[in-house]
Amino acid sequence: MGNMVMDWAALQTVVWTLTKIMALVVPLMLGVAYLTYAERKIIGWMQVRIGPNRVGFQGLLQPIADAVKLLMKEIIIPSGANRGLFILGPILVIAPALAAWAVIPFTDQLVLANINAGLLYVLAITSMGVYGVIIAGWASNSKYAFLGAMRSAAQIVSYEIAMGFALVGVLMASQSLNLIDIVQGQAGGAHQWYIWPLFPLFIVYLIAGVAETNRAPFDVAEGESEIVAGFHVEYSGMAFAVFFLAEYANMILVATLAGLLFLGGWLSPVPFLPDGIVWLFFKIGFVLFLFLWFRATFPRYRYDQIMRLGWKVFIPLTIVWIVVVGGMMQTPYGYLFH
Amino acid sequence: MTYTTAIFYFFAAILVFAGLRVITARNPVHAALFLVLAFFTAAGLWMLLEAEFLAITLVLVYVGAVMVLFLFVVMMLDINLDKLREGFWDYLPLAGFVSVLLVIEMSLILGSRHFGLDVMATPEPHPADYSNTKELGRLLYTDYVYAFELAAVILLVAIVAAIALTLRRRKDSKYIDPAEQVKVKRNDRLRIIKMKATQKPGTGEGGA
Repeated sequence: MGNMVMDWAALQTVVWTLTKIMALVVPLMLGVAYLTYAERKIIGWMQVRIGPNRVGFQGLLQPIADAVKLLMKEIIIPSGANRGLFILGPILVIAPALAAWAVIPFTDQLVLANINAGLLYVLAITSMGVYGVIIAGWASNSKYAFLGAMRSAAQIVSYEIAMGFALVGVLMASQSLNLIDIVQGQAGGAHQWYIWPLFPLFIVYLIAGVAETNRAPFDVAEGESEIVAGFHVEYSGMAFAVFFLAEYANMILVATLAGLLFLGGWLSPVPFLPDGIVWLFFKIGFVLFLFLWFRATFPRYRYDQIMRLGWKVFIPLTIVWIVVVGGMMQTPYGYLFH
Repeated sequence: MTYTTAIFYFFAAILVFAGLRVITARNPVHAALFLVLAFFTAAGLWMLLEAEFLAITLVLVYVGAVMVLFLFVVMMLDINLDKLREGFWDYLPLAGFVSVLLVIEMSLILGSRHFGLDVMATPEPHPADYSNTKELGRLLYTDYVYAFELAAVILLVAIVAAIALTLRRRKDSKYIDPAEQVKVKRNDRLRIIKMKATQKPGTGEGGA
């Protein structure tokens, strides 16, 4: 490969792409940090507490303080652990959580990679996140971690199917896998959004999204009261924090996808207001608020109930609705589903 | 060497290495993980061939689902490596014969005689708006619809058969019907009775 000439243009492309990646990842990480703050504040208010209010004005510097604390802590590797895989676990969790963002459009211009099979790419990349969890749980050489990994693996694989079927409905309605085309198929005001014709699929997607990200009430993989912290019980310091970064980045990803696929993305809900990225952020914020609200409201599901909900309720429901959408498209009322 | 060729060799080297490690790794979990790496790299190679739908589906189905279940099983099994290696030398001649046969068969077909550049021209690069997914879908549901539907039915039969073979209802399991749980009324579980207060109001502890 020595004779490969790295000319000036190629170098420029590389630098420019890296800059764009940084411009995506840095705000994302800030978003993650302040999502943890929002979570603690909102759940605090819901439970008539104050939430963090010591570090900075109204506790606004709390996430920074947490990050510094976690960075300073020692990373302990258990003596019986499989060293290489133990380190690899958190990496494999965070990598898909960030890589999936490559194809997410924020407006019709603002996207890192506008690819044709964008939706498929997101599905494929996010389906790899489960490896980090399994490997972390297995390599820790601990019963609790292993149980957490097993639960997580079964749960994520189960809900991925329902989630995939819910997205099949979206691509039937939009006739495209390109995320920008999907959003533009919903142009014309809030009544054109896919949430209305695909309402059952939206609900399935939202709940499956909560389950995929291992959030309450589906957080049996962590299950503090039964298996202490599940797959990441043996992790400390930054390695532990990486799991949390990935979980929150995935939450924001699911919220963004819900916004793009069902809620019209950056399109404005009413025709007389201009479209813009602000709408997308507003929709993401709304879905994220739902996530936090669920956590403050619902008790944890029993494990067999999770499996029943995924396999016996959601998958049949999505299949039925896909058939309904497909059938309706053949009738004169097909325009309702486009 | 162009950029694409360099990427191809990079991926190919990883793929061959991962494939070798699948059969040489001592730890079965490591072997399964190397298989994951092999699938992922193969998907990268398919991506170079502009078969983006197949590449992404390979990751989605094999990496995202099949191998997770594989790992699941491998981690649960208590595999004794020494037991597995028993009789290695007894089986070696037969296994060697089979693998030599496989190599001969493959070299007959995959040699440059059938797959050389003069036989198989480099595919034309497609325009940016060409959708591999749409093209595959159109072919599957028009030209190859019978073969495709047949394969689907065979898979369905396999699923039904697998479930029928493993389905058994355990008599000792404490199975709860969720519908019954949902239907429960207050009066089934709780009985409110009226009774006289036995203590003067105001003397006991206050409310909880």
